Amino acid sequence: MMVKKIAQTLTGLWSLVVGLRVTGKNFFQPQITVHYPREKVESIEGYRGHIELVPKDNDPFTARCMACGSCARVCPSGCITLHIKKVTEPAVSAKKEDNSQKPEQNNQKAAPAKKTKTKRVLEAFELNYNYCSLCGLCVQSCPAGGLRFSDNVYLAGFSRKEFEFDLLARMRAQKEGK
Amino acid sequence: MLDFKLDEIEQSGDFYTRNFQPTPEENKLVLNMGPQHPSTHGVLRIILEIDGEYILRAEPVLGYIHRMQEKMAEVKTYPQYLPNMGRVDYLHALAWNWAYAGAVEKLMGLEVPERAEYIRVITCELNRINSHLLWWGAYLLDLGAFTPIMYAFADREIVMDILQRITGSRLTYCYYRFGGVSADIDQKFINDTREFCKYMRGRFPIYKDLVTDNIILRKRVEDIGHINLETCRKYGATGPVLRGSGKPYDVRRAEPYSVYDRFDFEIPVYDEKDALARYLVRMDEMEQSLRIIEQALDSLPEGDYIHPKTPKNPKPPKGEAYFAVEGARGKIGVYLVSDGSKSPYRLKLRSPGFSNLSLFAEIARGTLLADAISILGSLDLVIPEIDR
Repeated sequence: MMVKKIAQTLTGLWSLVVGLRVTGKNFFQPQITVHYPREKVESIEGYRGHIELVPKDNDPFTARCMACGSCARVCPSGCITLHIKKVTEPAVSAKKEDNSQKPEQNNQKAAPAKKTKTKRVLEAFELNYNYCSLCGLCVQSCPAGGLRFSDNVYLAGFSRKEFEFDLLARMRAQKEGK
Repeated sequence: MLDFKLDEIEQSGDFYTRNFQPTPEENKLVLNMGPQHPSTHGVLRIILEIDGEYILRAEPVLGYIHRMQEKMAEVKTYPQYLPNMGRVDYLHALAWNWAYAGAVEKLMGLEVPERAEYIRVITCELNRINSHLLWWGAYLLDLGAFTPIMYAFADREIVMDILQRITGSRLTYCYYRFGGVSADIDQKFINDTREFCKYMRGRFPIYKDLVTDNIILRKRVEDIGHINLETCRKYGATGPVLRGSGKPYDVRRAEPYSVYDRFDFEIPVYDEKDALARYLVRMDEMEQSLRIIEQALDSLPEGDYIHPKTPKNPKPPKGEAYFAVEGARGKIGVYLVSDGSKSPYRLKLRSPGFSNLSLFAEIARGTLLADAISILGSLDLVIPEIDR
């Protein structure tokens, strides 16, 4: 009984030495902590910042967005508001000519619909980033591929107002800056 | 001069303190542990009635972080509810993601492409390791060891970086979609994950030397907090708590979902029923998760990562579905009732933490106060998941 107790105490003490060896080894290894403001943090690849509009390939000042509003509908927090202007344009004249050349039967059906064309034009894309949970449902739901995540890790501000963005103005300002 | 009346003191306090029925014994003290207590990991409150250092009665008080997750589902459309699942259990968010997506897929009869299933398995298991690592660090912090949590966080960081590249978030993931996942994995992810598996295997012996074999830890967890199978059955305990009591029940094996039946892995079981058994179950589970990840990476098929014909605004047909997955804390279940509209009629979330906590009142009786902390930690509680 006595011997067993002494043996237990010794193995117990030895386990502390083994543990200390691990700590000791790590003590002499290089630091893994990044001292952030003085050092740069690596591996921010894939960081999801707030969403931003993707410009058209041929015109960097126009957004790919076609103002359908599916992002605003799918957003769980309701932080997207689209300001849309409906522009009524007369149908393109070239198409009219095409129609006139076609037989009368077809023209009768198609003409009333094609006379005027209502176009939805995006005036402002308002994002209230305060309520956004960065789930990415809006990016996925966009039929035009017009949304993506920005990669500004160092976004910070003093008031709520600073996180209410107009993404369309932001996109244009960014392009002008470049 | 003290000028207050004894009646007033008795009338003070909240509903729970006033309605707490003390045992008819003398020399006892009613003590509030929490809602702000470092060992309760959040806002869990336990009213303890103690005689000296011994606990006569313990009563958990819940609801401090109740966010109406179930009710919220009824006013949101199916995809809109996806981000909520990451917030129910922030440590194993992907398992909850999976349970909800699985329930909706089951009701809709939506088939998940094979590649997506494999991606789900890999990411879910990575997340499980992450969850167990945090539990490991936090549990030892409860027991008074500070260093381990630093090691745990250093390792967690690697997993979080890997998952961040793919999912975009580090903690509250919203990655699984109906019919697949939101983004495909690439070669860098595969390489990083393989490297992590190798690295993590080398870490387990260090953990064992530093903590598991340590005599101080052994004295704090051995023969403490016995939970027998009858108690587990009574309260519906699952996960490592049940497996630490000697029952090899794991949803991944008992009712295999997704592609888990294709992998070769063991279910760690310990018969000791004490806190140490639960500790060892979780340590072994991390190794098994690594095995699953490596097998899944080896046999990763090509194909779609999301079903190409997934409806944007799904409207599952009238009916009900139940889908259960194995989370880090136990069986996660989502019961979904649909009336055919665009939002669920009712959604019931079965959280394993709630059942695991409920048995605490029974097993804490008669233990030392310091042991109660150890038992509480060994149950691996995540309070937002318990309150929902």
